[in-house]
Amino acid sequence: MALSGTRRRAAYLFVVPAFILYSVFVVYPLFTGLTYSMFEWKGTLRSTFIGLSNYSHLFTEAFRNELLAALGHNFLLLAGTILVQNTLGLAFAVALFAVRRGKRALQTMFALPYLVNPLVIGYLWTLLLSPTFGPVNSLLRSAGLESLAMPWLGDPKSALLTVILINTWQWVGFPMLLFSAALGGIPPEFNEAARTDGASSWKVFWHITLPLLRPAMATVTILSFIGSMNAFALIYALGGSNGAPAGSTDVLGLLFYRTAFASGDVNAIGTSSALAVFMFAFIFGSTLVLQRVLRSRS
Amino acid sequence: MTQSKAIWFKVLLWAYAAFSMSPLVVMLISSLRPTAEIFDKPLGLPSRPSLANYSKAWTEASFSTYVVNSVVVVVAAVLLGAAVSLLAAYPLGRYVFRGRSLFTAYFIGGMTLPAHLGVLPLFYLLQSMGLVDSRLGLVLVYAAGSIPFNVFVLTAFFHQLSDELDEAASLDGAGMFSTFWHIMMPLVRPAIATIVVFQFVPIWNDFFYPLVLMRDESKLTLPVGLTHFFGEFQNDWGTLFAGLVMTTIPLVVLFVLATRQIVAGLTAGMNR
Repeated sequence: MALSGTRRRAAYLFVVPAFILYSVFVVYPLFTGLTYSMFEWKGTLRSTFIGLSNYSHLFTEAFRNELLAALGHNFLLLAGTILVQNTLGLAFAVALFAVRRGKRALQTMFALPYLVNPLVIGYLWTLLLSPTFGPVNSLLRSAGLESLAMPWLGDPKSALLTVILINTWQWVGFPMLLFSAALGGIPPEFNEAARTDGASSWKVFWHITLPLLRPAMATVTILSFIGSMNAFALIYALGGSNGAPAGSTDVLGLLFYRTAFASGDVNAIGTSSALAVFMFAFIFGSTLVLQRVLRSRS
Repeated sequence: MTQSKAIWFKVLLWAYAAFSMSPLVVMLISSLRPTAEIFDKPLGLPSRPSLANYSKAWTEASFSTYVVNSVVVVVAAVLLGAAVSLLAAYPLGRYVFRGRSLFTAYFIGGMTLPAHLGVLPLFYLLQSMGLVDSRLGLVLVYAAGSIPFNVFVLTAFFHQLSDELDEAASLDGAGMFSTFWHIMMPLVRPAIATIVVFQFVPIWNDFFYPLVLMRDESKLTLPVGLTHFFGEFQNDWGTLFAGLVMTTIPLVVLFVLATRQIVAGLTAGMNR
């Protein structure tokens, strides 16, 4: 409906409070970060304009190694999310679709872990997986699986895999819910028509259901990407701000936090602002590309 | 679907559900056991269930302070964020006027921005306003951060309402605000429930902003309080488990009360 006169002016007044709040506390800081990144800093004092030097510092040898390792861990987390968590989530959603009674109870139980604070999840698993008093190892020992009773989070070789599994355990209910909703939106006639033509249930799933789930898959993939790249609290709780053990669980979020607040670098603000802008451009840009690619196919 | 296949699906689902819940159940049971008993037998029922761990966490570990701070900050932020978003979404979702799509894109664009990355400038901004180490500062940051999702959901809801509502209202001589308040607000109630529930969870769980913006122990919210607590009570597992349970309970209660709203919120944007 088109507005005129006083009503149009009123419309702007309605928008103003949100506009101010959002501009001051979300948009302005993001843009100021960009200017921060182009100055040299002495503690909290802005010193000289140095253009892109802070960015090139990100790729000097010492920093680059840390940056690439962290980025690599983010990608492994993403791979685990897509391959393990989202596939499981889809399988559960399909199975759940065939179940008539107890649906709501099942949904609730699958979804509960993702409501729990990631920090709580991290600390909880730290206790459960403790090599000395943790119940997981004592359970494995009593089941005769002595060789599996190990310091899951203490060994650099297994730590990241353990993080991925814990993350999957926490989040699998989320793709399950989204896929369930999408399955519910598929008209049953499609399925029935194929069945009367004699298609097996596997064929129906592969040729009819799966293609119709593409929009939901696109959404889930994009959310997985954003979630994996922004991982912080769970990993902080499991491995502290250094990504223990031996940096094997370090991710971009931790690296940014350390650079900004715990590096002891005089130019900490400059370096970490450059890192923030780099991460921002990378995550935002990749999300746009992903969205383009995934949506155009569906 | 053959009968046997459906049964297998059921077995699989209930088995995973049990697996999914078991760590949380262990957490709950352990919180009722003394630490010595947990160390002695990590898996087991409490010989004499007691709430001693809870009272210890509540008093000695200042959980009472953290919980009060969290409740105050989260409730204020969710309400403020919902209020400004409702006002903005009403004209943006319903009327045609210059700048409308630009405003909408500006607000909704924030959904894909990792706003955490503006945290350093945000810190200095709050400092210049005297709002570092203040609960009000945290409230403003959270409320602002909730605007993109809120506007996204609410504009869709306002858009669905019939144009005749406006015609009837203007025949009665109602102004814009009166139309909004008396006619539209009651109709978008389900959407309000969705955004309130949906913002509560991430704000209650947020760790990053208070980690950076808050130093004063007496003003910490639960998540950062939890990290201090975990260091301090390292060897007192009973109390640790009690603390974890206390941080979790409000969300579980909310979830059980509002599963439908959460599902609706999750799927709200999927068909756009």
